[in-house]
Amino acid sequence: MTHNVQIVLTVNGEATEVAFAPYKTLLEVLREDLNLCGTKHGCELGECGACAVLLDGQPVLSCLVLGVDCDGRTVTTIEGLVTDGRLHPLQDTFADLGAAQCGYCTPGFLVTAKALLDEQTHPTRDQIREALSGCLCRCTGYQQIFEAVEAAVATRLSTLDSSTPDSRLTPDSGLQTPDSRGPR
Amino acid sequence: MNIIGTSRRRVDGRAKVTGQTKFADDLVLPRMLHCKLLRSTLPHARIIRVDPARALAHPGVHLVLTGRDFPTPYGILPVSQDEHALATDRVRFVGDPVAAIVARDELTAFEALDLIDVEYEPLRTFSGPDDSLRFPEPRIHDYGDAGNIHKLVSLEFGDVEEALATADYVFDDTFFYQGNTHLPIEQHAALAAKDPDGKLVLWSSTQTPHYVHRALAKALELPAAHIRVIATPNGGGFGGKSDPFNHEVVVSKAALLLDRPVKICLTREEVFYCHRGRHPVLMRFRTGVTRDGAITGMRVQTVLDGGAYGSYGVASTFYTGALQTVTYHVPAYRFEGCRVFTNKPPCGPKRGHGTPQSRFGQEIQLDKIAERLAIDPADLRLRIVEQPETLTANYLRIGTIGLAECIRRVTVAADWKHTFRRLPSGRGVGIACSSYLSGAGLPIYWNDMPHSGVQLKLDRSGGVAAFCGATEIGQGSDDVLVGCVAEVLGIEPLDVRAVTGDTDLTPVDLGSYSSRVTLMMGNAAIEAAERARARLADAVAKKLGVPANRLVFAGRRVFDAEEPDAGVSFAEAVQLAETMFGTIGTTGSYTPPRSAAKFKGGGVGPSPTYSYSAAIVEVDVDPATGWIQVPRVWIAHDIGRALNPTLVRGQVEGSVYMALGEALMEEQTFRRLPPKLSHALVHKFPSMLEYKSPTTLDMPEVFTELVENPDPRGPFGAKEVGQGPLLPVMPAVANAVYDAVGVRIDEVPITPEKILKALEAKAAGKPARFGPTSFPDVPWPSEPIEVPPPWKGGDGRAAETRTSEVRSTKSEGAGVRS
Repeated sequence: MTHNVQIVLTVNGEATEVAFAPYKTLLEVLREDLNLCGTKHGCELGECGACAVLLDGQPVLSCLVLGVDCDGRTVTTIEGLVTDGRLHPLQDTFADLGAAQCGYCTPGFLVTAKALLDEQTHPTRDQIREALSGCLCRCTGYQQIFEAVEAAVATRLSTLDSSTPDSRLTPDSGLQTPDSRGPR
Repeated sequence: MNIIGTSRRRVDGRAKVTGQTKFADDLVLPRMLHCKLLRSTLPHARIIRVDPARALAHPGVHLVLTGRDFPTPYGILPVSQDEHALATDRVRFVGDPVAAIVARDELTAFEALDLIDVEYEPLRTFSGPDDSLRFPEPRIHDYGDAGNIHKLVSLEFGDVEEALATADYVFDDTFFYQGNTHLPIEQHAALAAKDPDGKLVLWSSTQTPHYVHRALAKALELPAAHIRVIATPNGGGFGGKSDPFNHEVVVSKAALLLDRPVKICLTREEVFYCHRGRHPVLMRFRTGVTRDGAITGMRVQTVLDGGAYGSYGVASTFYTGALQTVTYHVPAYRFEGCRVFTNKPPCGPKRGHGTPQSRFGQEIQLDKIAERLAIDPADLRLRIVEQPETLTANYLRIGTIGLAECIRRVTVAADWKHTFRRLPSGRGVGIACSSYLSGAGLPIYWNDMPHSGVQLKLDRSGGVAAFCGATEIGQGSDDVLVGCVAEVLGIEPLDVRAVTGDTDLTPVDLGSYSSRVTLMMGNAAIEAAERARARLADAVAKKLGVPANRLVFAGRRVFDAEEPDAGVSFAEAVQLAETMFGTIGTTGSYTPPRSAAKFKGGGVGPSPTYSYSAAIVEVDVDPATGWIQVPRVWIAHDIGRALNPTLVRGQVEGSVYMALGEALMEEQTFRRLPPKLSHALVHKFPSMLEYKSPTTLDMPEVFTELVENPDPRGPFGAKEVGQGPLLPVMPAVANAVYDAVGVRIDEVPITPEKILKALEAKAAGKPARFGPTSFPDVPWPSEPIEVPPPWKGGDGRAAETRTSEVRSTKSEGAGVRS
């Protein structure tokens, strides 16, 4: 057995100390040593994008990053998109608009889309396609994913522009009671 | 209706976008060990010796299993019990599992694979149907219709020779459909454990827990009642997780022997070896038509390259000939199908199961017919659309048909009249149509029991638990279950807890295949919910002093329709009912109507009702390079009723996407290693990088039209949507290429290279096409099974063997009648 290495990194905003076998990828460290199973794997060869996470804010394929290279760095996984119990706008729009079918590629798409929205306030459809082109989805045909990203952009803009957010797009809208949705 | 028909977040949406959905490989149990399979490096060989000694001595290895540990065969179909969890005496393709290591971690198990010594004696490799038809020996399996022919079928409904002889034109075309694979993003994974009572529990990414349950009982020789199979949500299935798999049997056995949990997660390369994907099919279509386009008769022949095992192959073979009659009226029909064994990963059911291949041929041939007759291909199809509520030549009972409306919708949306044959050279549009089952009418193991069962438990809190064996593979089956129950009971989807895919806890649902779940589970759910509602209504009626039939269930209340303020909350209604009747639990079940087909082979094709689709695809083709792009697709789908339109549109768009992959780039193909290595037949590219599938950059704009004409056979009128919309897209691409550059590409994938070759042939004055030019010599049965069609006085039985057929229907109980 190989001796473990130990690193300190920030994971989803928390200072985290973790020890693991030195050959492990960031993907394996997250899933096996930190119990962050929201990050998925589809090939472990950098081909599918399912394991995307943000490393210092940039999307990376965690199956191609060695855990030991993450010492002192900042990692954001799908578990880190929820803040104060509220879903990220992208999570709401993905859930509402059919952008997650089986949900297996969804975490990779969501963190990659978050990185895009962190850098671009008004990405075009082509920029969205380009930014997400490293992630494969076999269920949706991508169209509802594009629409969800665009809806999240629109939500953010409408939140900035006015104080009356679209009720459909408020955090966790799926948990609203029928009363709060008004008559149908 | 409050819930049905409304676009809304699926019930499992929040879990999926927060990464909390627990897939099989996300499960971790204390003291869990890890399993790896050693797979064959030769395509066809006798196993002389498997020696696990060195592997067993490796530190951290707990167990080595070989074929000796699994003497009992299994398989998905009763007629093809030809698989062993680990090879006993023979390997049949590169990737066939030979031995298993169970170790403390994955890496140790992986290292120990190299320490298993296997000695092989190579046998002749069968690389395709030509080999398998030519050489009967050595046989890949010791069963099947002849030599290396797995299955031969020949059916005739009416006199096709006469129908062709009396036609104004007879078209004779050959087509080839290359094989491809499902490529779910989730690799198959399974975790087995001995539960505290000593019984077996298996969590697996399977679409068919019920059939895995049966297979485990057989292969492990255990009482089925002591086996629990839990289907974890599948990270994509598409048909690829519908067979019982080697790894599921292996980890189950290992967990029982070691009394420790054992997990396996396949590598991506191994997923390519599990396969069960689209059969490569060579096909010949002879179709007679009158001058005005009516079909007089059709003869279809198919040869399927089945790969190394039976899988669903007998059903796949019949499916290549089953649905030609369901879209257009075909008065006389003959079908001959042949499936051969080859030394490649086994083929099986992929989205559309056996029907996309022949749909491809049929719809391209119709395009050729339309051109020869100088009829617009959309108009031609409108002329010959089959009638609703009819029985086809091969005794499939059709329900509603929205196909004509689908054709009208897409032609308007795509401005067909102004684009077809009118776009500049290099741009083109093509149209094609299709139909698909809303669930197989017969179960794999023949019996008269329900195909789907739903059990409801109503809690005093107002919460409802809905139990059903259905399996959530991303299509939204949990949402359908919850939506149907909530609609009937007048509560909210999130008030209902779906408990699904667990053979210990849930009533049997046969599984997520054949587009059966929405229709069958939905009907069962409605029945269970209506029974619960009746109980509640009785109790509330008594309390309010109004007739039960005046009560309305809506908005989490039960109230008097004539005096809406008089009512109780749903939770109070449950309490009243529980007071009156005791614990409130109800069941519902669904059994499809009896099939009209009573001949051998009639078990494949019947369905409670059929969905219909029409697609128009636009292409840009560069005549200099053959480079092809698809900028836009219009598709209309006859759904009956969309239960949750967001999910329905997702299924349509996802089907279009997967279809474009098949049409343009995806292929599961093989090559020989160099002679100085083993010369073995190996998968050309078992990786996601080289197995090309469409990315976000390749996906065109898709314009979806849903045609809603509720079918009384479906839950709230719904028909299937998961598979049908895939079918018309591939031939529509081929027809669009012809419109763009005037060449026929009679096979998929339609690659730039093939287009260029066809353009070169055209320029050289040769036939302007790329595709197969011959059809193999198949030893078809000299006499087909003759079944007179309904309009010739037939009753669904074969002409000469009526009495014996009836008897075999009763006695066989052996799945696909063969």
